[in-house]
Amino acid sequence: MMNQWAFVIAAYAVTLAGTALVSLMSWRGMRSAERRADQLSDRG
Amino acid sequence: MPYWRWSVGPATDAILMHRFANPARFLKIARPLTGWLFWPGLLLLLSGAAVGLFVTPADYLQGQTVRILYIHVPAAWLGMGGWSGIAIAALMQLVWRHPLAAIAGRAIAAPGALFTAICLMTGSIWGRPTWGTWWEWDGRMTSMLVLFFLYLGYIALANASARQGQQGGVSNVTAIFGLVGAVNIPIINRSVVWWNSLHQGPSITLRGSSIDGSLLWPLGFTLLGFSLLFGAIVLMRMRAILAQNKVEARMQRLARG
Repeated sequence: MMNQWAFVIAAYAVTLAGTALVSLMSWRGMRSAERRADQLSDRG
Repeated sequence: MPYWRWSVGPATDAILMHRFANPARFLKIARPLTGWLFWPGLLLLLSGAAVGLFVTPADYLQGQTVRILYIHVPAAWLGMGGWSGIAIAALMQLVWRHPLAAIAGRAIAAPGALFTAICLMTGSIWGRPTWGTWWEWDGRMTSMLVLFFLYLGYIALANASARQGQQGGVSNVTAIFGLVGAVNIPIINRSVVWWNSLHQGPSITLRGSSIDGSLLWPLGFTLLGFSLLFGAIVLMRMRAILAQNKVEARMQRLARG
């Protein structure tokens, strides 16, 4: 039987990777959309 | 209750609710709030996870795998809480026609689906050494899987709404889907009581917890941390949709000359 720690590490890795990915994607999406909106506002 | 309370109360609530219908007013609050939710959330969840991994004792029965509790429970909470948020947003969209409600529903869907998937995966990883199986078609796991499919359906409908010019929000059909799908939330919650299940019964209720205090306390950190982070992610996605709307409106005005 696999060591119990292997299951614990796998569960934490899945959670932290998923959370980091959705945070990063949301942040990048927000930054690029707000930058585009600001650029258009600056152009008048 | 006197009649004037009935007449003034809901009207005051509606005024308060529509104060934030103005995107500029909403953004004035959302911009600083994003960081205030994100950084403390991240700190709380990382410290809770570290304590859960290295400080708390192993369980006498489950051994080390009990540590999965500190991420599995918040993921389940956010998966169910996310859909509850979608249902509330749908109600606000359909009944009060709140313009930001449709955008909020759309912003919640992807992180809600992700945390439901994390709940299913961490539960499965925990089940293998504890129950001897990765999966069992019992009430709790099946209803949680149904929630994941509901999220996928909602995201597909919301994307179709966006293509039909719903200004970043969702159509009324999508909102009704969000509202009807909320039926699954009490089913998930009561599934371990209604049906025989490998999954343990409710461990944490309003009357207390069956988990020993020495194991339970870091769960408060991760629950609060993940919840704050979820709030920050939803705000980021709402801000992105509002900025995209602004760009599209501007482009349309430019195209018209």
